[in-house]
Amino acid sequence: MKNRLSRLAVPYVIWMALFVVAPIVMIVVYAFTSAEGGFTLANFSRMGLYGVVFFRSFKLALIATAICLVIGYPVSYMMSKEGPKFQRVAMVLIMLPMWINFLLRTYSWMSILENNGLLNQFFQKIGLIGLCNALFGTNLDYFPMMNTQGAVVLGMVYNYLPFMILPIYSVIVKLDGSLIEAARDLGANGLSVFRRVILPLSLPGVLSGITMVFVPSVSTFAISKMLGGGTELLLGDLIEQQFLGGAYNPQLGAAISLVMMVIVVVCMVVMNRFGEGEEQAVML
Amino acid sequence: MSKELIRLRNICMAFDDELVLNNINLYINDKEFLTLLGPSGCGKTTTLRMIGGFTTPTSGDVLFDGVRINDVPPHQRQINTVFQKYALFPHLNVFENIAFGLRMQRRPDPSDPRKKTKIPEEEIRERVMEMLEIISLKGFENRRPDALSGGQQQRVAIARALVNRPKVLLLDEPLGALDLKLRKDMQIELKRIQQQVGITFIYVTHDQEEALTMSDTIVVMDKGSIQQIGTPEDIYNEPKNAFVADFIGESNIIDGLMVQDKLVQMYGRQFPCLDGGFAPGEPVDVVIRPEDIDIVPVEQGQLTGTVTSVTFKGMQYDIIVDFKGFKWLIQTTDHSPEGARIGIKIDPDGIHVMKKSQYSGMFGDYSSFSDEYDELDDASLALDEEESGDEE
Ligand SMILES: Nc1ncnc2c1ncn2[C@@H]1O[C@H](COP(=O)(O)OP(=O)(O)OP(=O)(O)O)[C@@H](O)[C@H]1O
Ligand SMILES: [Mg+2]
Repeated sequence: MKNRLSRLAVPYVIWMALFVVAPIVMIVVYAFTSAEGGFTLANFSRMGLYGVVFFRSFKLALIATAICLVIGYPVSYMMSKEGPKFQRVAMVLIMLPMWINFLLRTYSWMSILENNGLLNQFFQKIGLIGLCNALFGTNLDYFPMMNTQGAVVLGMVYNYLPFMILPIYSVIVKLDGSLIEAARDLGANGLSVFRRVILPLSLPGVLSGITMVFVPSVSTFAISKMLGGGTELLLGDLIEQQFLGGAYNPQLGAAISLVMMVIVVVCMVVMNRFGEGEEQAVML
Repeated sequence: MSKELIRLRNICMAFDDELVLNNINLYINDKEFLTLLGPSGCGKTTTLRMIGGFTTPTSGDVLFDGVRINDVPPHQRQINTVFQKYALFPHLNVFENIAFGLRMQRRPDPSDPRKKTKIPEEEIRERVMEMLEIISLKGFENRRPDALSGGQQQRVAIARALVNRPKVLLLDEPLGALDLKLRKDMQIELKRIQQQVGITFIYVTHDQEEALTMSDTIVVMDKGSIQQIGTPEDIYNEPKNAFVADFIGESNIIDGLMVQDKLVQMYGRQFPCLDGGFAPGEPVDVVIRPEDIDIVPVEQGQLTGTVTSVTFKGMQYDIIVDFKGFKWLIQTTDHSPEGARIGIKIDPDGIHVMKKSQYSGMFGDYSSFSDEYDELDDASLALDEEESGDEE
């Protein structure tokens, strides 16, 4: 019986082996191979050159994750307090941009942030640029916003914010109202109720939100390419260059991918360990 | 005796124009065990939540120690609640759950009375341990709530509510989720805890047996109105109307006419009773408890009827007797075969006369007994134990 059923899983196992395990094995193999095909650690020792890219990638991803959290938590919390109708509408509004292609959405930010883009035209109109020149003695025709780290972070926040809101919201909205009443009954004021009950119980949502924003942010290449103009090279760009770009070197690309993967996995494991207690408690 | 602690004055409550509580007037004494009893949806929880501060009445006043507290938020009331589903904090262990209320407390600093300080850690530890002792759960302080049985969670919920030393504890069907055996144990346990800590308990249940065993005072509610307030004995022996008579225990409720004081007429015959104060010829409802009816030979009976069904119940037989189309339930230790003609005799103190009410004619006929049979739970059995004990 059990055997017959497990036979049904065979296609799935093949699928997993083919598209999940095999690529990872290939990355590992490539990472330890030289261009001639022998075993080497050179790919890793060369990576020191790119320390600054590693640092920048993790820094920007961290900033973007932090901003998403700061925006996402209050939004989720307030949403969950509203009536069911409001919640449905808000949910659609949050999801709406995700139905449009990722690249198109990011392109549209380019035309907003450009030197003579929408925002700068707007600042011109309301005299903000003139005011700035007068105040600080600068001589600007526009605010340079494109091709900055700020623009990259903005792109990350814009694209990944829903991934922060959704898990937090779904945890908070399921929170048992009687727990909040119990806390109030026991003498907790509004702030204590939040700090002692709502926040700890929503931690699992926060953790998965952080994971879901941080991981794609740290490995993105399209956002930095479009909004960073290639000047703010990120890990994703670096890897892409090794495989598709001029700096063709798949072995190095694989090594960078591997290191990035290891760092991310370690971060996630540590974080989830930290939140494990809460998670178990909420599962109950 | 003891002094009044809480008073509900002319309380009305409406949700979306639907009147849920209709002019509730009730006072609750210090150290009293008071039970709100009534069928589902009658407004028990709403009344309790009003006392706890989770809802405000549409009109009327809630008084605590003579002070109006309608707008005092829950965390500023000296009242704590045991919630129906316990609502233990899943992220905190037993110790921290019980300590929660203490950690929230601020009190005047002994060295500088203008400042407020937290309760020191040793005192918290001491008081939590004392509570664990009371609920007999010492050694469980590091468990998470999900690693406790239903009865244990229940006791932690009680300890958590008691640790702040409230003046009043509100309990909303706290035993509803427990099995019968555990429920009985916890009833005794709760009563013991109440006597040990010596505070007022306001208890909500729809289980009449629970109410009768535990309470000093029972408030019977239906459809948002109070039907009767009294001691368990009062409520059982002197029900105010057909609803109360039917809701508490088993009752035969018969149409009657008051001939004069201490004489009531049923089926065209006159029965001596102990009630008075009715107008001569006033139509009334007469309640006769199944265990107050004696079966006698036909010629000695005040009434005669035909046995239509007999069920052995262990302690006694449940016998359904047809009196001119109206079926009575009689509980007796003597067996009478189905189809037999029997006479019955009722002592004057077994007859309770009630004024006619909106509930007249709705209850107290056992014609559809087989349907009702399933609802005869162990509650009525346990009652009969007490009754038969008295008779011996
Ligand atoms: N927040 C609310 N909004 C609208 N109606 C409500 C609300 N709370 C309670 N009600 C209504 O008030 C009535 C009384 O409810 P309540 O919860 O007090 O009943 P109860 O006696 O506790 O019943 P049960 O034994 O089933 O718990 C019900 O008809 C219920 O539908
Ligand atoms: Mg209720």
